[in-house]
Amino acid sequence: MIQNISIICRREFAGYFATPLAYVFIVIFLVLAGVLTFFVGDFFERGQADLQVFFTFHPWLYLMLIPAVSMRLWAEERKSGTIELFLTLPIRLSEAVLGKFLAAWLFVGIALALTFPLWLTVLFLGDPDNGVIAASYIGSWLMAGAILAIGAAVSAATKNQIIAFIVTAALVFVLIAAGTPTVIGLFEGWAAEGVIHAVAGASLFGHFTAITRGVLDLRDLLYFLSLIVAFLGANAVLVDLMKAD
Amino acid sequence: MLDIRNLHKNFGPLVAVDDVSFTVKQGEVLGFLGPNGAGKSTTMKMATGFLAPTAGTAIICGHDILTQPLAAKRQFGYLPEGAPAYPDMVVADFLHFIAHIRGYRGVEARERTNHIVDLVHLGEVYDQRIETLSKGFRRRVGVAQALIHDPPVVILDEPTDGLDPNQKHEMRHIIAAMRPKKAIVISTHLLEEVEAVCTRAVIIAKGRLLADSTPVQLAARSRYHNAVRLRIASGSLTKIRADLDRIDDVDLVEAVTDSEDPGTLLVVAREGRPIADEIADMARARRWRLTSMTVERGRLDDVFRAITAPEDAARAPWDFSKLSH
Repeated sequence: MIQNISIICRREFAGYFATPLAYVFIVIFLVLAGVLTFFVGDFFERGQADLQVFFTFHPWLYLMLIPAVSMRLWAEERKSGTIELFLTLPIRLSEAVLGKFLAAWLFVGIALALTFPLWLTVLFLGDPDNGVIAASYIGSWLMAGAILAIGAAVSAATKNQIIAFIVTAALVFVLIAAGTPTVIGLFEGWAAEGVIHAVAGASLFGHFTAITRGVLDLRDLLYFLSLIVAFLGANAVLVDLMKAD
Repeated sequence: MLDIRNLHKNFGPLVAVDDVSFTVKQGEVLGFLGPNGAGKSTTMKMATGFLAPTAGTAIICGHDILTQPLAAKRQFGYLPEGAPAYPDMVVADFLHFIAHIRGYRGVEARERTNHIVDLVHLGEVYDQRIETLSKGFRRRVGVAQALIHDPPVVILDEPTDGLDPNQKHEMRHIIAAMRPKKAIVISTHLLEEVEAVCTRAVIIAKGRLLADSTPVQLAARSRYHNAVRLRIASGSLTKIRADLDRIDDVDLVEAVTDSEDPGTLLVVAREGRPIADEIADMARARRWRLTSMTVERGRLDDVFRAITAPEDAARAPWDFSKLSH
């Protein structure tokens, strides 16, 4: 089980670096993260030695970039017919799903880790709370995983990578936007307290901001993990249903 | 070793495969024949566990593909239609990946890869990306991944499609060489291939299995089975034709119009009965001057057409003279 997952994961992971995709993604990710932090977020003007502004933009950054990673996971295999080769090898479907997901998650993890110079900057400029920064990194990576799982499931439902990208981005937009003050504001005043809580509770945004405040609450971790599990399950079902179409 | 049991597949109202059963034993090469869209690939997809059958199953070396998919999948090597492979991967990495999935590690994985690379002659493209390869090499990469674990059952969907005549010859050589130890199924619509490598032929059309026999027996169903082709050096053709018509077992005598030599006759036997002896006797007795006399085994393509498209086969071939205005 573990061995097959690791073999599949390694192949997929190497696949990112076989084309310029990996490098383009990492460069764009780092440049955008930098631009948002320094220019839009006024990193220096805030005069605080933390990475709050950097992480604030992560949901929006991922909204654009993660679907670009997840769109090819299954759509490409279906389009090129390699899925028939892949799924007639002696592997379980769960191993295939997990191997692919882990490769993508690791890849995004590397892109995220490469933002470490920002941490070095705040470390050099002041005395940041490293616990908050570590928690934020973990939260960001978990959020990336949840978005990847959604994207993987969508990718299994289509042969067209562009469609996979757009549908994933749309779903993720809804999940992020649900927790923003703007959307919460729309519900306030007329909807029941429970509804507002439910909407905010379903949102990636709310759970992620909770973590970036420095509290690794079990509920937030469970939220992301259950999103990952649920969508990988959906991924497996969709692959099984759609693989031969 | 491969036992296909009553496979059915419906796509909505369309019946793609309708009760197909056959078995393949060790030492057999089964040619799976049929026109495009007959259900060949669908049957293979079900036999390899890629597509769930509507009914029926496949047993591979005793393992049911539906209830023991992993055990069954370890027993076969499969070349899917179109020989798909990851285009971004280097041949070496791709074959290593397959070897690892097949359970080989370290030195053993390398040995397996090297062995298969030698067997199907991939040495010169070993370090190339698959997308840069010619169609022939890609097909060979597909065959290599199917054979890397030396499986007892080999299922190849159109292994020679897109290969040039030399490559086809080589591929058939590979198939023939591994035949004694394996049960092999190849799908094809090339009849020459069946005659060249198959010990058995199964014909399907519109999802139905219509024939299961040896290529020789199939050819014997042709109306040209035991027909005699005579090339006449000199003498009156009409007289000879009249004489031939008098032999009991001769059905009809055709002048072969497509031959460059106008003096060629094709004597078709009634119900494929042997007529060569009698014709030889007659030729000697009447002192015909022949340049050659050959007995036809029968034409597989006639049989194929008669079985898969009876209404077409009865119709006359295209009359191209009408096009020349």
